[in-house]
Amino acid sequence: MKILVMVKQVPDTATRIRVAEGNASIVTDGIKWVINPYDEFAIEEALRIKERLGGEVVVVSAGPQRVEEAIRQTLAMGADRGVHIKTDEALDSHVVAQALAAVARAENFDLILTGKQAVDDDAAQVGPLVAVFLDVPQVTVVLKLEVDAEHQRLVAERELEGSIEVVELPYPAVITAQRGLNEPRYPTLPNIMKAKKKEVRVESLQALGIVPNVKVRTVSLSEPPERPAAKILTGDPVAAAHQLVELLHAEAKVI
Amino acid sequence: MAQVDNSTSRIDDYFDLDSQLSSDEIQVRDAVRKFVDAKVRPLAGQWWQEGVFPTELIPQLAELGVFGPTLPEKYGGAELTPVAYGLMMQELERGDSGLRSFASVQSGLAMYAIYRYGSEAQRLQYLPQMAQGKIIGCFGLTEPDAGSDPGSMRTVATSVPGGVRITGVKRWITNGNLAQIAIVWAKDDQGIIRGYIVPTDAPGFSARHIATKASMRMSVTSELYLDNVFVPQENQLVESKGLGSPLGCLTQARYGIAWGTIGAALDCVNVAASYAQTRIAFGKPIAATQLVQERLVDMLSLTVNMQLKALQLGRLYQSGGLRYPQVSLTKRDNARSALVVARMAREILGGNGISVDYSPIRHLANLETVDTYEGTYEIHTLIVGRDMLGESAF
Ligand SMILES: Cc1cc2nc3c(=O)[nH]c(=O)nc-3n(C[C@H](O)[C@H](O)[C@H](O)COP(=O)(O)OP(=O)(O)OC[C@H]3O[C@@H](n4cnc5c(N)ncnc54)[C@H](O)[C@@H]3O)c2cc1C
Repeated sequence: MKILVMVKQVPDTATRIRVAEGNASIVTDGIKWVINPYDEFAIEEALRIKERLGGEVVVVSAGPQRVEEAIRQTLAMGADRGVHIKTDEALDSHVVAQALAAVARAENFDLILTGKQAVDDDAAQVGPLVAVFLDVPQVTVVLKLEVDAEHQRLVAERELEGSIEVVELPYPAVITAQRGLNEPRYPTLPNIMKAKKKEVRVESLQALGIVPNVKVRTVSLSEPPERPAAKILTGDPVAAAHQLVELLHAEAKVI
Repeated sequence: MAQVDNSTSRIDDYFDLDSQLSSDEIQVRDAVRKFVDAKVRPLAGQWWQEGVFPTELIPQLAELGVFGPTLPEKYGGAELTPVAYGLMMQELERGDSGLRSFASVQSGLAMYAIYRYGSEAQRLQYLPQMAQGKIIGCFGLTEPDAGSDPGSMRTVATSVPGGVRITGVKRWITNGNLAQIAIVWAKDDQGIIRGYIVPTDAPGFSARHIATKASMRMSVTSELYLDNVFVPQENQLVESKGLGSPLGCLTQARYGIAWGTIGAALDCVNVAASYAQTRIAFGKPIAATQLVQERLVDMLSLTVNMQLKALQLGRLYQSGGLRYPQVSLTKRDNARSALVVARMAREILGGNGISVDYSPIRHLANLETVDTYEGTYEIHTLIVGRDMLGESAF
């Protein structure tokens, strides 16, 4: 199996996000960048499939210089090589997906995995768009994946409200990963060092033949309204309980 | 935790030293940190109080790759840079000094002794298995009556046909009761100190656990008794000769301590800072009082000094320009600074500060050992004094 995993580098979820001057971007100073958590499930799944069936796991990511770090992290987890589409431009999902699809098209992958969405912009568009551009089937929000290499087919489980859906499809295909698909491994120290010697090929939008014709632009970003300070009730438990009921009724209007 | 702008990363890296690290050094640090956060921190207080080392972690630590990570691949290592090795120690000690001690003794003392003073056959026989955690080693230098002055050791290795017979007592030996092999230092027939690889199941060898410790409780410390233990010729560390040999190992372990102590200090600063930001007294967070701020800033300042010194020490190591008195100065100052930081953190936590529900008292108690072992504060002062002034004052 030749597998492509598409990853995005995002701010650590524990980071407190602040809007930068100009109200169109965030303050990146002091941000800890991590691999999008849903993409980690995709990498882990790719590695497990490779361990079972053999083959190769290639990781691709688009973004500025810092993104190489994320690619190296996936190599340390066990991916074989990386492709870095290096760009400093602010792109929309459409252009990113075009670029990723161009990388995918250049080599014939059996399977393309990514997270169900990126936790920074929550757009959840890149996986599906790549499937459309490549004209291959796709299954999103996958909780369990089985590969039938003999018949070139996949069986995927998806979690729906109140039920589990099982779908079946041929591959090549695009699969987007949901939390619970697996437990991503830790990179180990020997693998971190080995990753240094693995190839990360640098690509540009231009070389891939992509004109960054961005259609969706960020007009403004603003911080959510400050939540009012929490009220802490102290003192006699019975009196506090009475007071809490009163507040839930009169102020919060939930009971 | 208070919602402060990315406070842990700010405290951890106040002087933007990350910009001085390579990507693999950062990855090594973060990988070990993730492991320690998930597997060690939640239970460290409990293990410490119970006085047990979590042996179930040994295979996982081996898998992570913390044993002998700087060694060449053929010996099971990963060829980590000295700075990556230091950062690994930092993250282990952020969990507990006892955890770092385990790794220090396995890597810096036992594996290094075999790597540096052993034959190629010994290296291939022991090192890969030690890297995999299948063989645990301990390092027996200190004796009940010879600590700071190991040259006065009484343990002897008497020549007999096919090898030596070792008799003596070693005290304060980390991992003594967990080890399959002990690196024992003893005087040969000529009175020259030499190292021997002693299987701990050899007839005449016994280890007794020291259970009375009020420090390093998560680490196993033992007394080793060697009663006429036969050690075959092939177990002698062929290249070891004189006190310089065990001291060469100690330089490795001291280097690890210079970094490890940063982890303990960082944990204390972080815990104390977030506690001070959320603990209300007299109607406001105690962090909003000048006295508490001064203390926290002092703690941060000491920690930054530790980081700067350790990083430069690492770069010296890497370039081949490291001198052992530089390691002594850093071990001396970083262990002492961490102790001061831990003590201040404990104070800021008030009554909670004396409970192992919070880490500072545990770090504080552990660091009393760290300040003492691998050469006490005074001994390192004398090492640096001799180097600086050309006068030995031991
Ligand atoms: C938990 C723990 C784990 C340890 N693990 C190991 C291990 O794995 N292997 C091992 O071999 N050892 C180990 N040690 C032993 C440790 O290295 C010794 O305790 C240390 O070197 C000090 O020796 P000592 O205890 O004999 O103290 P002493 O040498 O008796 O020193 C007592 C005091 O006198 C001071 N002093 C001594 N000489 C001078 C001088 N000339 N001038 C000024 N002051 C002086 C010392 O600084 C110290 O304050 C461990 C110790 C502990 C507590």
